[in-house]
Amino acid sequence: MASEKTHVRTTLNGEATEYLCETNQSLLEVLRDVLLLTGTKEGCNDGNCGACTVNMDGRIVDSCLVLGVEAEGAEILTIEGVATPEGLHPIQQAFLENAALQCGICTPGFIIASKALLEKEPNPSEARIRHWLAGNLCRCTGYDKIVKAVVAAANTIGGKK
Amino acid sequence: MRPIEYVAAKTVQEAVTSLAEKGDAARPLAGGTDIIVQLRGGRRQLDRLVDMKAIPELNELTYNASSGLRIGAAVPCYRVYGNAEVAGAYPGLIDAASLVGGIQIQGRGSIGGNLCNAAPSGDTIPALIAHSAVAEITGPGGSREVPVEDFCTAPGRTVIQSGEILVAIRIPAPAAHFGACYMRFIPRNEMDIAVVGVGASVVMDGNKVTACRIALASVAPTPVYAAAAGAVLAGKEATEENINAVAEVAQSAATPISDMRGTAEYRTHLIGVLTRRALQSAIQRAKGA
Ligand SMILES: Cc1cc2nc3c(=O)[nH]c(=O)nc-3n(C[C@H](O)[C@H](O)[C@H](O)COP(=O)(O)OP(=O)(O)OC[C@H]3O[C@@H](n4cnc5c(N)ncnc54)[C@H](O)[C@@H]3O)c2cc1C
Ligand code: FES
Ligand code: FES
Repeated sequence: MASEKTHVRTTLNGEATEYLCETNQSLLEVLRDVLLLTGTKEGCNDGNCGACTVNMDGRIVDSCLVLGVEAEGAEILTIEGVATPEGLHPIQQAFLENAALQCGICTPGFIIASKALLEKEPNPSEARIRHWLAGNLCRCTGYDKIVKAVVAAANTIGGKK
Repeated sequence: MRPIEYVAAKTVQEAVTSLAEKGDAARPLAGGTDIIVQLRGGRRQLDRLVDMKAIPELNELTYNASSGLRIGAAVPCYRVYGNAEVAGAYPGLIDAASLVGGIQIQGRGSIGGNLCNAAPSGDTIPALIAHSAVAEITGPGGSREVPVEDFCTAPGRTVIQSGEILVAIRIPAPAAHFGACYMRFIPRNEMDIAVVGVGASVVMDGNKVTACRIALASVAPTPVYAAAAGAVLAGKEATEENINAVAEVAQSAATPISDMRGTAEYRTHLIGVLTRRALQSAIQRAKGA
C-alpha cells in the first residue's frame, strides 16, 4: 500500500512542478533528493534549526516537518528562487557585504525567513528581527552579523542606502 | 520514519471513518510539528495518518462578541494571534500562541494539535483553561463536549478515543472587565520547553475580583487546573496579600518532578513567582478592558 508513490503538483519557485514521492518523505527530502534542489539544507531534521526553511503559501515553515504529500497544490519558494537573472536579491547581497555567513549551512534558511519578514514589515526593529529569526540557528557566524545584514537589506530595499 | 498511508480527509465524517477503520494504528495529522518528529524518532508507529487540514470546519476561526470564539482544531497559531479582534478579546491565549516554537513552527503548529499532543508542558493548554475553553469532539458515536481542564489524562494521553477527532475549541465571549495572561519560564528567550507555565484570568469589578482561574504547565503529568487557587481571590480585592495567597494555593496544587530542566523545589518556587506575575498582568489588562 504505502510503497506506491504519490503524484504531487505544486508551484515551485514560480513554476508548475510535479513530483512523485513516498508518503514518509519530508518536503525537505523531496526538494533535495527528488528535485535535486540542494540549496535548502538539513541541520537537525526535527524543527529546531531552521536550516530547511522554505516559504509555503506565504508562510515560512521548516520543510523537514512537512510531508512531501502535504505540498499538493502549494506554492513554494526555496533559496533557488530568490535571485533573479538580473542579480542577487538585496538580502543575499547584504549577507555577502556584511560577512553574515561562514559555512553557509544556515544561510538559505535565514534568507528565506528574512525575506518573508521584510515583505511583511519593511522596517523591523532589531528586536523584531531577532525575534523573527529565533527559529534559525547558526553555529559559526554568530547572530550580530546576520542581524546587521538584515537591517542593511531593509535599508537597501527601502531606498535608504 | 517508515512508510505510512496518508489520507487527506475532506469532511469530519470521512476523517472519523478513516481513523476508526485502523484503530490505534491511525492518528490525525494537523501541523505535524509534534507527530512528524515522533514518527521519525520512532516514538510512535502508525499505519495511517489522516490529514485534518482540508476539512473546512477544522480550518475555521470565527469570533463573535456575543457567542465567543471557535478555533478549528487545525488552525495554526499564527492565524490566532494574527487576528486583531481575537487578540483583543483573549490576551492569555495570544500570549501562549505567540510563544509556541518560532515563526516557522507557528506557521504550521495548531492549538488543537498542542492540546491533543497533551504534553505536560503544552503552552496553550493552561491559557485555554484560564479562558474556560471547551473541546468539541466528534467520533463514530456522535459528538460530545469536554472542558479543556478535563481533556488531558496522562502525558500524551487525552479523552479522545480511537476514531474520534477534536473538531474545534470553543471559548465563551469574555465578560466585561475580563483580563488574562500566560507566562512561562525558560532559560532562553525563545524556543524552549516551559520549566513552569502559568495561565491566569480574572473578571474585575473596580478593584474587586469577581472570578479568577489559574492553570499550570510542566508541574504534573498533565496540565493542572488549580481551581482552589482561583477561588481564593473570587469576591476579594486585588491586593498584594490576596494575590500572594492565590500563589500559595497554586503551589500546593502542583506535583512537580525534578529533571534536567529544574528541581521540584525550583519549580514550586517558580509557580509562586509566575502565578503572582501572571495574575498582576491579567488584572492590569482587565482594568484596561
Ligand atoms: C522546534 C519546536 C519547538 C516547539 N516549541 C513548543 C513550545 O514552545 N511550546 C509548546 O507547547 N509546544 C512546542 N512545540 C510542540 C508543537 O509545535 C506544538 O505542540 C504544536 O502546537 C502541535 O500542533 P500541530 O498542529 O503541529 O500538531 P500535530 O503534530 O499535527 O499533532 C499533535 C498530536 O495531536 C493529534 N491531533 C492533531 N489534530 C487532532 C485532531 N483534530 N483530533 C485529534 N487528535 C489530533 C495528532 O495525532 C498528534 O498526536 C515545539 C515543536 C518543535 C518541533
Ligand atoms: S532541518 Fe528542519 S529545522 Fe533543522
Ligand atoms: S554560517 Fe555556519 S551555521 Fe551559520
